Amino acid sequence: MITETKPTIHEITATVNGTEHSLAVEPRLLLVHLLREKLALTGTHVGCDTTNCGACTVLVDGVPVKSCTYFAVQANGKAVTTVEGLADGAQLHPVQEGFKEEHGLQCGFCTPGMMLVSKALLEENPDPTEEEIRWAISGNICRCTGYQNIVKAVQWAAKNSKEAS
Amino acid sequence: MYPANFEYVAPTTLDEALALLQEHGEDAKVLAGGQSLIPLMKLRFAAPTALIDINGISGLDRLEEEGGALRVGALVRHKTCERSELLRERYGTIGDAAPMISDPVVRNLGTVGGSLAHADPQGDWGALMLAMRGEVVARGPDGERTIPIDDFFQGPFMTALEPNEILTEARIPTPGEQSGGTYLKLERKVGDYATVGVAVHVSFSNGSVGQAGIGLTGVGPMNLRAVAAEQALAGQALEDGTIAEAARLAAEEAQPRADVRGTEEYKRNVVRVYVERALRKAAEVAR
Repeated sequence: MITETKPTIHEITATVNGTEHSLAVEPRLLLVHLLREKLALTGTHVGCDTTNCGACTVLVDGVPVKSCTYFAVQANGKAVTTVEGLADGAQLHPVQEGFKEEHGLQCGFCTPGMMLVSKALLEENPDPTEEEIRWAISGNICRCTGYQNIVKAVQWAAKNSKEAS
Repeated sequence: MYPANFEYVAPTTLDEALALLQEHGEDAKVLAGGQSLIPLMKLRFAAPTALIDINGISGLDRLEEEGGALRVGALVRHKTCERSELLRERYGTIGDAAPMISDPVVRNLGTVGGSLAHADPQGDWGALMLAMRGEVVARGPDGERTIPIDDFFQGPFMTALEPNEILTEARIPTPGEQSGGTYLKLERKVGDYATVGVAVHVSFSNGSVGQAGIGLTGVGPMNLRAVAAEQALAGQALEDGTIAEAARLAAEEAQPRADVRGTEEYKRNVVRVYVERALRKAAEVAR
């Protein structure tokens, strides 16, 4: 039976880019809307809104997730990383440096999602082959670059993260 | 896009989940990976009044071989299957399919159990279960029951699961030494639904076919078993003529519909070509 009563509001605690937030959310609030509208973290983009394009990809406990296909309430007790969480102050993350150095973006709309899947890839596999990079970014669509420079950007990040560490 | 309002509950035990499902009735839905359910809710094709999130229930994410079968718990993600050495080494047909499910980001969350319970005719796991002759384990208020996969799918997005039951496990019999197969999938791009998918698994005895399993994706109102093709293979040596005949029969048995991904004729031909290719791969085992 469909009821007209207001939904229960859930109190959740989530760590977003290292900062713990206590938030009151409706169950139907998607993580992407929590990030963009309640936390003003607009670096996470809404692309297709149908789980296809990957523009809204964020990391939940280090794992890439399409935040348009994940309820905010599911992030209770979890750590979320968005593109805003990549840089350390003025120090860009190697993946960000890579995209800058290799011109890994044109319009920039897919870039936050691309960088987050790249970060997750490099943490698990610091020295990926070109094929492994292409595989890892295959859930994220870019309509500008033809992917060539995105792959180069990830390769740049892999090379330079290794030299840094 | 916002889904319709719903109540959200996150039980920590299966019994609690079953009680909640009983309480909320058939308008409740179980949330596992959510990678099919949430898009449907956003489009308002689904508007459950309650979501029962089973992600906090421990013990449902086991992927292991036990008692002559592979046991895939309800919370086993596609990603876990993709990385599983057990699948690669002992369940090659499924191992081949795992990296082809949707896209890498979706595979991080999406589950095998969710895919089966969702029963999308274009789902890949149903065809694999048919080819491997798997069964589905469901828990309800009256306990546990096992449903053979042939009885499980009942139509598009329809299964034998009762509204108060939760799919807890998929079981796949451990193949014998002399067996093999693969999954072949035609998709326009990574993450798209299959235009056609074909799962083939053949066990051999003394060089000829003991049992053949052929499951089809995307060419019918649900995942289909190519019964006539399977029967034509039984007891035969897997040679060119037998393979071609089985492939022809499978194409005939398919029930494709024309859509943006291709005409009926085209899809039938892909079934034929893929069944032939997959059987050739299976035949390598027999040599």
